[in-house]
Amino acid sequence: MSGKPRLTYINGRGRMEPVRWLLAAAGVEFEENFVETKEQLEKLIKDGDLLFQQVPMVEIDGMKMVQTRAILNYIAGKYNLYGKDLKERALIDMYVEGLADLNELISSNFFQPADKKEEHLATVMDKAATRYFPVYEKVLKGHGQDFLVGNKLSRADVQLLEIILLVEESKPDILAKFPLLQSFKAKTSNIPNIKKFLQPGSQRKQPIQEKDIPRLMQIFH
Amino acid sequence: MRYLFSASYFPGIQKLSSMSGKPRLTYINGRGRMEPVRWLLAAAGVEFEENFVETKEQLEKLIKGGDLLFQQVPMVEIDGMKMVQTRAILSYIAGKYNLYGKDLKERALIDMYVEGITDLMQMVMMFPFTPAEAKAKNLASIEEKATKRYFPVFEKILKQHGQDFLVGNRLSWADVQLLEAILAVEEKVPAVLSGFPQLQAFKTKMSNVPTIKKFLQPGSARKPPPDENYVALVMSIFNLS
Repeated sequence: MSGKPRLTYINGRGRMEPVRWLLAAAGVEFEENFVETKEQLEKLIKDGDLLFQQVPMVEIDGMKMVQTRAILNYIAGKYNLYGKDLKERALIDMYVEGLADLNELISSNFFQPADKKEEHLATVMDKAATRYFPVYEKVLKGHGQDFLVGNKLSRADVQLLEIILLVEESKPDILAKFPLLQSFKAKTSNIPNIKKFLQPGSQRKQPIQEKDIPRLMQIFH
Repeated sequence: MRYLFSASYFPGIQKLSSMSGKPRLTYINGRGRMEPVRWLLAAAGVEFEENFVETKEQLEKLIKGGDLLFQQVPMVEIDGMKMVQTRAILSYIAGKYNLYGKDLKERALIDMYVEGITDLMQMVMMFPFTPAEAKAKNLASIEEKATKRYFPVFEKILKQHGQDFLVGNRLSWADVQLLEAILAVEEKVPAVLSGFPQLQAFKTKMSNVPTIKKFLQPGSARKPPPDENYVALVMSIFNLS
């Protein structure tokens, strides 16, 4: 009834975390409806609330939106974080999709067999350092501006910060060779809405703990 | 005089991209991740050129030449940009050619539908690469998801508004992608639309949209279903084991 967007997902990062970041960066307060049991998920499905029977789901502006990218596109468009025209949007989309690929690689480590996890993580960190981060370092170097596109905060910047912090959780020195990304990280972290989101007590979620895994697996069967 | 300007005559000079102004698609000669782009351009009535990657060396040269932002294909040269990332490419084309709805809310619907369809198509796209012993199970999974999770959604949408197109009573990216998905799944599961009368009518109407009808005819840029040769080609170029 508050008119705020309402996010339905598990109480964890997963596929909803970029949505939390983007709403926070846009200065939009939101509510969360945590899925805690399989039965709760099944009820949502039965009630027809989930278009493709999946979460994330975000209630926003009278819609029950699903599919993370659709949700992010809508929020970015609504809150002017999607560039000023089609060409800026094209750049933002390319940058965001690259980051999404890196995010998937990192998330996929979770599903690796125990004896392969370490090797897989090393490969992912290598990709971050050789395929992805150099691109953004070069973009920033190329125009010398604080933001990736159009000299203005966009969803690409929000997502880049999110991914930098995520990668640093596994490899704290990942930005050693990327001076512009280091200053990007510092500047972007100090944007008031983002700074607030980075503080304890915000809706930002912590990495999934080993102890939570059985409970979460049970929800999604 | 033409030969004087070919890349082979001047080694080291890259072939001038799309002198014609048409979009130029760089990918292997097969469906893969580029097929939705071919569909969308075709539906929009936009002619395009194709630059087929045939060897690993060719891919490595593209990477070395700095043409591929994340060292990957698909890559599409369009309006002075070297675009990568399929979704970015498709969004741009949809936006440019008015296949993305009239406002943010229509775009939201189109995005949701397209993303759902993409999840289904991902299963179809990966299918040729499934090991032989897992193929039957995989195919059953595609059929189940198509008939229980995805097609019912679009059947219901079409039934509810009674219009020919999914969003805004007008052809959009979502319609093109849904038709592509229906045909792709039908190749594997021929009777898959048997419980979906609205989708059957949709398929017929969409197939008759002139630009799409042309694309569905032999000799178009549409690529054939993947076979073992395609799988072998992909494995060799992308260095998969």
